[in-house]
Amino acid sequence: MAKRYDLRRQPGFSQIAWFCIFMLYAPILMLVLFSFNDNRSVVKWTEFSFRWYTEAFANDGIRAAAVTSLKLALVASVFGTIFATMAALATTRTRPYRGMNLAYAIINQPLMIPEIVTAIASLSLFALIKQITGVTGIGYLMLAHTVFCVPFAYMPIRARLEDMTLTLEQAAADLYASPIRVFWEVTFPLLIPGVVSGAMLAFVVSLDDVIITLMVAGPGETTLPIFILGAIRRGITPEINAVSTILLAVSILLVAVFFLFQRKTKK
Amino acid sequence: MKHKLLGFSAACGVALCSSGAVAEGELHIYNWGNYTSPELIEKFEQEFDIAVTLDGYDSNETMLAKVQQGNTGYDIVVPGDYMIAIMIEQGLLEDIDANTMENFGNVDPKWVDVYWDPGREYSVPYQWGTTSFVVDSEVYSGDINTLGLIFDPPAELQGRINMLNDMNDVINAGLRYLGYPRCNSNEDELRELTALLLEAKTHWRTMDYSTIEKLTSGDVDLSQNWNGASMRARAQRPTLVYAYPKEGFTGWMDNVAVLKDAPNLENAKLFVNYIMDPENAALISNFARYANGIMGSEPFMDPEMTEAPEIVMPADAPAPDFVPPCDQSVVDFYNVIWTRLKQ
Amino acid sequence: MASTDQDISLSASETLAHARRVDAQRKTRARWILLSPALILIGLFGLMPLSITLVYSFLKPGSFGGVEWVFSLDAYIQFIAQRDIFDDTLSVNWSYLSIFSRSIGLSLGATIGALILGFPTAYFIASKPADQRNFWLFLITLPFWTNLLIRTYAMLLIIRDQGVINTGLMSLGITEAPIEILYTDTAVFIGLIYSYLPFMVLPLYASLEKLDLRLIEAAYDLYASRFRVLTNVILPLAKPGIVAGCILVFIPGLGAYITPELLGGGKKLMIGNLIAIQFGSSRNWPFGSAAALILMAVVMVALLLYVRHSAKEGHSHG
Repeated sequence: MAKRYDLRRQPGFSQIAWFCIFMLYAPILMLVLFSFNDNRSVVKWTEFSFRWYTEAFANDGIRAAAVTSLKLALVASVFGTIFATMAALATTRTRPYRGMNLAYAIINQPLMIPEIVTAIASLSLFALIKQITGVTGIGYLMLAHTVFCVPFAYMPIRARLEDMTLTLEQAAADLYASPIRVFWEVTFPLLIPGVVSGAMLAFVVSLDDVIITLMVAGPGETTLPIFILGAIRRGITPEINAVSTILLAVSILLVAVFFLFQRKTKK
Repeated sequence: MKHKLLGFSAACGVALCSSGAVAEGELHIYNWGNYTSPELIEKFEQEFDIAVTLDGYDSNETMLAKVQQGNTGYDIVVPGDYMIAIMIEQGLLEDIDANTMENFGNVDPKWVDVYWDPGREYSVPYQWGTTSFVVDSEVYSGDINTLGLIFDPPAELQGRINMLNDMNDVINAGLRYLGYPRCNSNEDELRELTALLLEAKTHWRTMDYSTIEKLTSGDVDLSQNWNGASMRARAQRPTLVYAYPKEGFTGWMDNVAVLKDAPNLENAKLFVNYIMDPENAALISNFARYANGIMGSEPFMDPEMTEAPEIVMPADAPAPDFVPPCDQSVVDFYNVIWTRLKQ
Repeated sequence: MASTDQDISLSASETLAHARRVDAQRKTRARWILLSPALILIGLFGLMPLSITLVYSFLKPGSFGGVEWVFSLDAYIQFIAQRDIFDDTLSVNWSYLSIFSRSIGLSLGATIGALILGFPTAYFIASKPADQRNFWLFLITLPFWTNLLIRTYAMLLIIRDQGVINTGLMSLGITEAPIEILYTDTAVFIGLIYSYLPFMVLPLYASLEKLDLRLIEAAYDLYASRFRVLTNVILPLAKPGIVAGCILVFIPGLGAYITPELLGGGKKLMIGNLIAIQFGSSRNWPFGSAAALILMAVVMVALLLYVRHSAKEGHSHG
């Protein structure tokens, strides 16, 4: 009975949502299935085997690539989200001020131009910096990733902030809370859904990036997507499915632990 | 089952324990992706106490773009034949006097005086192969050694063809079918070529590099393909036959070379010499599945490879055609044709 | 006495004005401090590459890639018109225009598709109890931790002629021959929606999560139907999220090229491929740069028009 009066309910919405989840996971199921394929094909099933897990574990290259990918995505999404949150706070809920639209355009610039062009131009720029400073290393790749993570994190955070009223913050300020306290105790908790969405987007975008990474990466900085891209012409083997499955399993495990922990602390 | 599980857990153990010991020197190799034998690298690391990093690229052009900008940090690259010619001309490669190296005597003489590096000053053979096409003999049982199957396909192959998504491979095949020279800038001939390609394209299903997946899944019955990849595909679909068309087909060779600003020049030279050893060359072939151009490597190679019809060319096949880089004016024409073909 | 009173009130209003000024200054400073990391980062590593691109587009192509430092407008001229190899005259070059329009059409379609699927999904997540929402969000993003190429291969298995869908349909007797989905524009369309769905769902969620239930309640009190509530209350409130989501799907969709290549079969170029090959086998960096800038200009104009339109709308309503 209560359901009938659920204010939020919209007919068909949950069916569509379940359809989306099914659509997103159907390929993942196939991918996991083929990681257990005995054959060296990712498109033709023969019989069940752990063979590719054994090979993936023995393959230094693939392991190093997976680690590099995760490291990179973590750094880029954390910094990208912090910068994006700061920028979103400064560009919403305020009267238009001089330079605001320009700031908005600059923040979204990495989205506007096809990746390959940014990749080539960044390559030229970084080569020049390397020439002048002599500094090399994975820092360049982290910089390049952080740059394109910012707009992806900025968008959801901005969307979240846009209609958030200032009432609560003003009330807190009237009670003589310092601006920093107002932020941490009032604004930020309200902002969390936006920050989580933004961080997740940034993480995924960094984890999947091919073109910019291909151009900017130096020796020993191969990521998983680059490894896979290079393998296409010689045929992709279920080894890559095995690595992907392991990554999925580990992330599910971590998140499960996180949620359980969260639930416990709440009680 | 139990056995497999054991192997799996053993591998996990090994993976956790293998932390690299600190080595004397370093070497940074930039090769095509999934093209370097891990066994070879491991052996080289142990023998010389050098820590090797290995990164992969997806095309000659990606590698060139990075190298042109400088300061890549890489020592060794493995460009294709035409790319070696370009890189020598642009002064991007170190003159390592490869022909004076200890193991150079093992290089098959037919790979010494090549157009891309006459006399072999800069580079040594890594792997070589051919680019032709592969057909399912059950689907089409007629004579396969003609490019007519691609450009004027019989009914059973229409709509069942994959071409490589490569401007040069597709255009060169068309030029051979018409009997015109490569690096062509004759406008009448190019007009004819464009018409041919546009007509033939209606019979092609896809234009993609992932040929092995397309063939083994049964999406197509004919695919333009490299010989090594064809051998891989045949392992999954035994009725596939590699064609040696009478009109000709592309030959190519990837070569190991040292970059001009190589940080570890001496180690790089060591590596260049190292892969000319027949046993090491065979390691590469066993992994990458192509021939290596080093004499005496056959005894160390998988028997499957030394007998494969994709690797061992029949005596009556035409000689593979190695195509040098074309002038920009020609490339501009090709671009127009390619864009029109795929618009 | 009276004069002192006046003095005090005068100085009080002065102090107030001063305090306001200080407050405004502090706000401006805080604003720019907040903005500076993002602006410096993108300014240096986003705008500098953009300037390099701009410079490249006005140069001549170098032999074998790169650029030659000679001023030239060829790249832009080439985009519009081309010396035809068939009749040697300058004519309008339809190739590039048709590639651009196909890409824009497909990307727009995918954006609409993603919105139709993504809005209910985001709404569904937002209406879950607060402590479960992050779990559902995670469920939506998890598939994207797996590389796009690998996911696309897995998708091939599902939609190919002998794939799961067709085998299923045929064994159920619904169709006799397989429906050809793979290597068509439909496949590209499905693939783009699939690839960019979370880019739509996450911003939408961020904006729907704070939906004020009282407004919905008020609407129902006024006897609005569920549909009216959706179109007249929920959608307008979710507008910032819809805009953000559409931007995040449409623009990357325009430049996408792995999905179109693998699922579409690679027989037709998209803008992304066209630009990418200029830096590869076509060896024409200036043209690649020019095409990218033209694409950027198109996107910018579309965004500007949108901003103008929404500003006008806001004005007339306000």
